[in-house]
Amino acid sequence: MHTPTVKQHARQLWRFHGGLHLPDNKALSLQRPLRTADLPDRLVLPLQQHIGEPAEPLVRVGDSVLKGQKIADNPAPVSSPVHAPTSGRILEISDQPVPHPSGLPGPCIIIEPDGQDRWATLPEPITDYRSASAGTLRTRIRESGIVGMGGATFPSAIKLNPGKPIKTLIINGAECEPYITCDDLLMQTYPERVLEGARILLRLLDAEECLIAVEDNKPSAISILHTHLQEQDRIEVVSIPTLYPSGGEKQLIRILTGLEVPSSGYPAQLGIVCHNVATTAAIADAVLEGKPLISRIVTLTGDGIAEPCNIETPLGIPASDLVVQAAGYTDKVSQLILGGPMMGFDLPTDQIPITKGANCLLAVSEAEAPPTGATLACIRCGRCAEACPAKLLPQQMYWYSRAKDLEKAQDYNLFDCIECGCCSHVCPSHIPLVQYFRYAKTESWAKEKERREAEHAKQRHEFRIARLERLEAERKARLRKKKADLKKKPARKKASGSDGSKKAAIEAALQRAAAKKAQRQTAPKNTQNLTAAQQAQIEAADQRRAEQAPPANDTIREEKE
Amino acid sequence: MEFQTLTSPHTALPNSVNKVMLQVILALIPGIVAMTWYFGWGTLINITLAVSCAVGFEALVLWLRKRPIVATLGDLSAVVTAILFAIAVPPTLPWWLTVMGMGFAIIMVKQLYGGLGYNPFNPAMAAYVLLLISYPVQMTSWLPPMSLSAQTLGFTESLSLIFTGALPSGLTMDAITMATPLDEMRTQLDLNHMISEIRESPLWGDFGGLGWEWVGNWFLLGGLWMLYKRTITWHIPLSFLAGLILMAAVFWLFDPESHPFPQFHVFSGGAILGAFFIATDPVTACTTKKGQLIYGASIGVIVYVIRTWGGYPDAVAFAVLLMNMAAPTIDHYTQPRTYGHGGRLSG
Repeated sequence: MHTPTVKQHARQLWRFHGGLHLPDNKALSLQRPLRTADLPDRLVLPLQQHIGEPAEPLVRVGDSVLKGQKIADNPAPVSSPVHAPTSGRILEISDQPVPHPSGLPGPCIIIEPDGQDRWATLPEPITDYRSASAGTLRTRIRESGIVGMGGATFPSAIKLNPGKPIKTLIINGAECEPYITCDDLLMQTYPERVLEGARILLRLLDAEECLIAVEDNKPSAISILHTHLQEQDRIEVVSIPTLYPSGGEKQLIRILTGLEVPSSGYPAQLGIVCHNVATTAAIADAVLEGKPLISRIVTLTGDGIAEPCNIETPLGIPASDLVVQAAGYTDKVSQLILGGPMMGFDLPTDQIPITKGANCLLAVSEAEAPPTGATLACIRCGRCAEACPAKLLPQQMYWYSRAKDLEKAQDYNLFDCIECGCCSHVCPSHIPLVQYFRYAKTESWAKEKERREAEHAKQRHEFRIARLERLEAERKARLRKKKADLKKKPARKKASGSDGSKKAAIEAALQRAAAKKAQRQTAPKNTQNLTAAQQAQIEAADQRRAEQAPPANDTIREEKE
Repeated sequence: MEFQTLTSPHTALPNSVNKVMLQVILALIPGIVAMTWYFGWGTLINITLAVSCAVGFEALVLWLRKRPIVATLGDLSAVVTAILFAIAVPPTLPWWLTVMGMGFAIIMVKQLYGGLGYNPFNPAMAAYVLLLISYPVQMTSWLPPMSLSAQTLGFTESLSLIFTGALPSGLTMDAITMATPLDEMRTQLDLNHMISEIRESPLWGDFGGLGWEWVGNWFLLGGLWMLYKRTITWHIPLSFLAGLILMAAVFWLFDPESHPFPQFHVFSGGAILGAFFIATDPVTACTTKKGQLIYGASIGVIVYVIRTWGGYPDAVAFAVLLMNMAAPTIDHYTQPRTYGHGGRLSG
């Protein structure tokens, strides 16, 4: 293929540690032009296609919806709405299999398309985005349901509100995973959308420059983007060396700027914001045409697919329908992977919908991804550490993860692992290292949660003890006060009354006591002049009382025992 | 359609332990051929015997431990241990010492710690040291290189020497064996001879001992091939040789008549074999890159120290075992700076 030479002024690039030169297998899905998917019988739209709170349905079963109509949303700060990809009727709102490594089902809205593809009234295009406020643009991007389409699915509007001055906007078109070509074809087919999106983001972030990074194994995309650049653009298309995982956000930032995102920090701290090319194109659609995110390009590839290709597909289309549109599976198919071979995960079934982050359906043959077989012990050769783009020591992290010594694993910076799979790929003992690290991370989170809950319970307990102590102290204080008051009262009396009056009072009291005593010693009142019958009654009652009392006590004691 | 689910990455894995070990064995072949050329059939007989014993002992322990036998033997690590041991010992070593050495290496040093990957010490070197301390005479009786010796042993003669201790009529052990160049140099220096005098003997070649230096060259070739194939990295061999050369150079410049020049140290004894094949055993070496540099350089320095002032003519085995002990600690203090953790470039 002839590639026009592009005149580029040399830009200094940096290297990240490790990385792998992998056979890219991208030609497989680039043999056929980009096409549009036929609408299936039903579209299944998961309420959670993004990181954050799941959206809540805004429609009921039986409702008619129009293309681009918002059908689910959540006002939570980290969430994203879902829109109808076509017009039709809501068939069902229920739990369905969704693309998630756990294989667990999730709540979905199912739409039966009416085949008319009627658009809803879309929000007004913001064609003059240069004079629109950043807030207006962000709201449009949020309301259009745009999330990171490179696979991370983080709501884009949040990344566009960095709260820090931004110097560099990076548009990630590296597409470093083998096999995947959807971003390549997007850049080749719709360069204008990508560039418009970049211009909008430059305006929104008020950034100095925009770098569109593309791996040098995509020369056509690079030259097409180049030819569409305008004189006044502050955009540069940067060809970066092909080295997996150059498309990882942290690695790409390192390549382009030489800076490293601080551990547990974020790029905006360095004055950098990074967006995927497909996300950028979707932002252009949302701002310039008012179109929400309702479709994306998906790569269907691998030896298990009869006609590997890229298809522009409505969200919610079942993977099985999409595979049929690529002429179905071949006999060789052994696994169906969502995403690329390095970081994608195996789907147990093709009855799952395509979501906003689904860039590739990879149906591999056994020859392409052979089962690893038995693993041997780690021989500490350190190839994993040589390959690690985060400059970790996977061999040590493995040792401690395996021993469930999670704290030690964290000492070796377990949480800086980006799970790119380089270590597992090069391991001569075929140890599934990434699997161990995922396990150790999950386990650490669980421990952390447990610890927090224990801390919470401890705090509640301590608060309760403190409260009881406080109440007790208050009670005692009250008693002390009473006592003090009592002491004070006589003192006041002493001060006010004379000795004589006190003596008189004492005498009067003594007399009262003596009178009471005398009264007690006399017979009970009204017991004089009783008839014989009355006397007998009294005696009988006394008798009963004397008889009943002891057994009653016994019963009580027995009950107590 | 339903599919099996496996964990990522979903790729054909390019490396395997078996492949690594096979590359080590292939890289040893030029040196082994050279050894056979200069010192006769004994080396090959020793290798055959040692490999059979190592495989036999490993199979026995695996059977006792109820572990997969064929799959584990297939990693070829026992074969590598056996070959390294067999080329480190004299070509005339009595058979029962080889059997004893392999029993100790495989059963005690390797399998009792859990097998490949769990042994803290290099099995071949531990066995070598055991025998060197226990049987110093047999372990230091080297044959002279072919061109120097009046009597050369044929295949059957070597076989009978190793297995029965019987020599062809009219020959004694003293007549056919000779001190190694390192040993000779040491003895002569102890007699207060000057190096220029000592090197007038026909025992010497360009740098080291005659014949010996060429064995070293062929092992070096194998080592460079392993670097090219990325079986090993440059860190340990280079730092080992650098440590050795630096020490030798300092003392040689200080007093060239009583301290052999650096090339002598590199091309005599087990320096090349040790730097490329023994110190690079991943299981027992340091695993961080910075740690490997410290580990290699320390071995080089210790080799020089023991050769020059210690009680043994060569010291690769001692130095490797000593540093095996230090490896976990060195690893602990030489963690690389992880991406995003401080450093000059991060914000």
